[in-house]
Amino acid sequence: MLARLISRFRSVFRGRNAVILVPMLWLFVLSAVPLLIVLNFSFSEMEIASVASIWKWADDALTIKINLGNYLYFGQDPLYFDTYLSSLKFAAITTLWCLALGYPFAYFMARAQAHLRPMLVMLVMLPFWTSFLLRIYAWKTLLVSNGLVNQLLMALGVIHTPLQMMNTPFSLTIGMVYAYLPFMILPLYANLVKLDVRLLEAAADLGASPWKTFWLITVPLSKRGIIAGSMLVFIPAVGEYVIPELLGGPDTLMIGRVLWDEFFSNNDWPMASAVTIVMILLILLPITIFNKYNAESKSEEQA
Amino acid sequence: MAAVKDDVVLEDLLRIDGLIKVFDGSVRAVDNVSLTVAKGEIFALLGSSGCGKSTLLRMLAGFETPTAGRIYLSGKDITDLPPYQRPINMMFQSYALFPHLNVWDNVAFGLRRDGMPKDELAERVESMLKLVQLGKFAKRKPHQLSGGQQQRVALARSLAKRPKLLLLDEPLGALDKKLRESTQLELVNIIEQVGVTCVLVTHDQEEAMTMASRIAVMNEGYFLQIGTPDEIYETPNSRLVADFIGNVNIFEGEVVEDEADHVTVRCPECLHYVGHGITGTPGMAVGVALRPEKIHLSREQPDKPHNWCAGDVADIAYFGAHTTYHLTLVTGMTLKVQQPNLTRHSGQGLTWGDRIYAHWSQDAMVVLTQ
Repeated sequence: MLARLISRFRSVFRGRNAVILVPMLWLFVLSAVPLLIVLNFSFSEMEIASVASIWKWADDALTIKINLGNYLYFGQDPLYFDTYLSSLKFAAITTLWCLALGYPFAYFMARAQAHLRPMLVMLVMLPFWTSFLLRIYAWKTLLVSNGLVNQLLMALGVIHTPLQMMNTPFSLTIGMVYAYLPFMILPLYANLVKLDVRLLEAAADLGASPWKTFWLITVPLSKRGIIAGSMLVFIPAVGEYVIPELLGGPDTLMIGRVLWDEFFSNNDWPMASAVTIVMILLILLPITIFNKYNAESKSEEQA
Repeated sequence: MAAVKDDVVLEDLLRIDGLIKVFDGSVRAVDNVSLTVAKGEIFALLGSSGCGKSTLLRMLAGFETPTAGRIYLSGKDITDLPPYQRPINMMFQSYALFPHLNVWDNVAFGLRRDGMPKDELAERVESMLKLVQLGKFAKRKPHQLSGGQQQRVALARSLAKRPKLLLLDEPLGALDKKLRESTQLELVNIIEQVGVTCVLVTHDQEEAMTMASRIAVMNEGYFLQIGTPDEIYETPNSRLVADFIGNVNIFEGEVVEDEADHVTVRCPECLHYVGHGITGTPGMAVGVALRPEKIHLSREQPDKPHNWCAGDVADIAYFGAHTTYHLTLVTGMTLKVQQPNLTRHSGQGLTWGDRIYAHWSQDAMVVLTQ
């Protein structure tokens, strides 16, 4: 009996399971637990200087007081709705620009000579060697009124008074596209480099012009890369805080900044938690679609 | 074998004129090749890998630009046309079916590019699928089909536009041996039913011989010999061709006597009396090619002055339908002999080390001057 228990215990902690255990623990402690804490907070409310617990034990009874006030407040103050919408809008714009710039880039990399490709991948990843924060700060010095871009344009005589570029949707979009472009290029490249050139030849052989071949063969076959890259850009872009903080302005409401304000300026943790939960739900939708599509096309490939 | 009927007036469909392709400035993949292919012919380019046959095919399809030379189709110069403007379609090695499109859309792809009206298109696709017996599979994606079915989709797709010229790149290379044999004839039947002129590339001599009406044997970018399958097999013009097509024994010797109707060649192994004339002179060094299946074996020493030699059995390979013996001759040369197993246990009780006499008729050999 005992021997069986021991052997069972051993088999659970052997090989495969032991390997999986580490990431599982990691995800549980650093992802699931904090999320549950945030969820717990979001149903709570602020007392003078601390968060009221929703769990109460008194007179041999456990009472759970779920406060929906934080969520209901979203309906009363249009700021939240507008901010979510604006976040989604900027994330979508960022994603589209990344796709528009990243696709030709990835295509060029995938079509480059095989011995050049590792170097091109390196070049795409090169910015990661410098701190993200520094790179965003650098954009500030480029875009301010007396910054390099304005100076250059004035020296060339294109403009006579400095352009207001900083703290506008323009500066925010540039910063976001700049920061997230590699996340679009790399999955697209990984996908396009696997594309069988003979399929393109077959299309040409059957009478498709290069342009038609691109739209009818290359693009549909790189759909997974497009979706993967778009998710990798869109999801973090929705919740982005640093770039809107440094490059954004009054016109660029982003949910990350509202979150920060609720937590650190208003000190309203329950409200901030509710904002977080809604944001996660908003992001969950595209992730679910992505996963479903991914699973489908995978089973298609394996069949 | 798909021979061209004699009563059909042969009209040149494809003419290749002095085609040269140089890669990277120095590698001559195709070296001054000229060729005409008649309408309705199935023409095979045969050679080992790297002989330039695929490059030649790709130039016909338009994927490679010739360094020099012209390509004419029905008398029209198509050398500078891009692939999508040539009335030529290709069946790719390993098929290159579009994985995201189903069978129907794969076949319809080329027709849609021509803007064919819907009704006509549907009719054409249906008839193509019927031709390759895949009507039931129209809605399947390529990965849901077996290798043989994929091959038929590829064929239907390349025939759908009714090309003037069909190119086949190793059409059966991806199929296993058993399937390959049945598919060879099926493929030829379909091609003849459609009546399309066809250039196929293969490294498999059996495939070339069964399918093609004419074969060009290629080596290092040029043609060694062009002819019907039996011409290439029975009268090879060089040691390279004789060696490449089938099995062969080549005796090296010199011409003793050169008459109009026969040649005698003295070799270290034996004296050859060959029943055909050559353009040569006595004393000239030649090779005598002798196919293994044209040799007979006997226990008794033959009663003639030539066309026989003695050898010891060094190896016996039993293939079922026939047995191949390797005889070691006195000079150390190995003579391959193939004996049909006409009856069960017809191996004459031969075993390793037996002394045996190989003999053959005067029409069994070909003298090779190159």
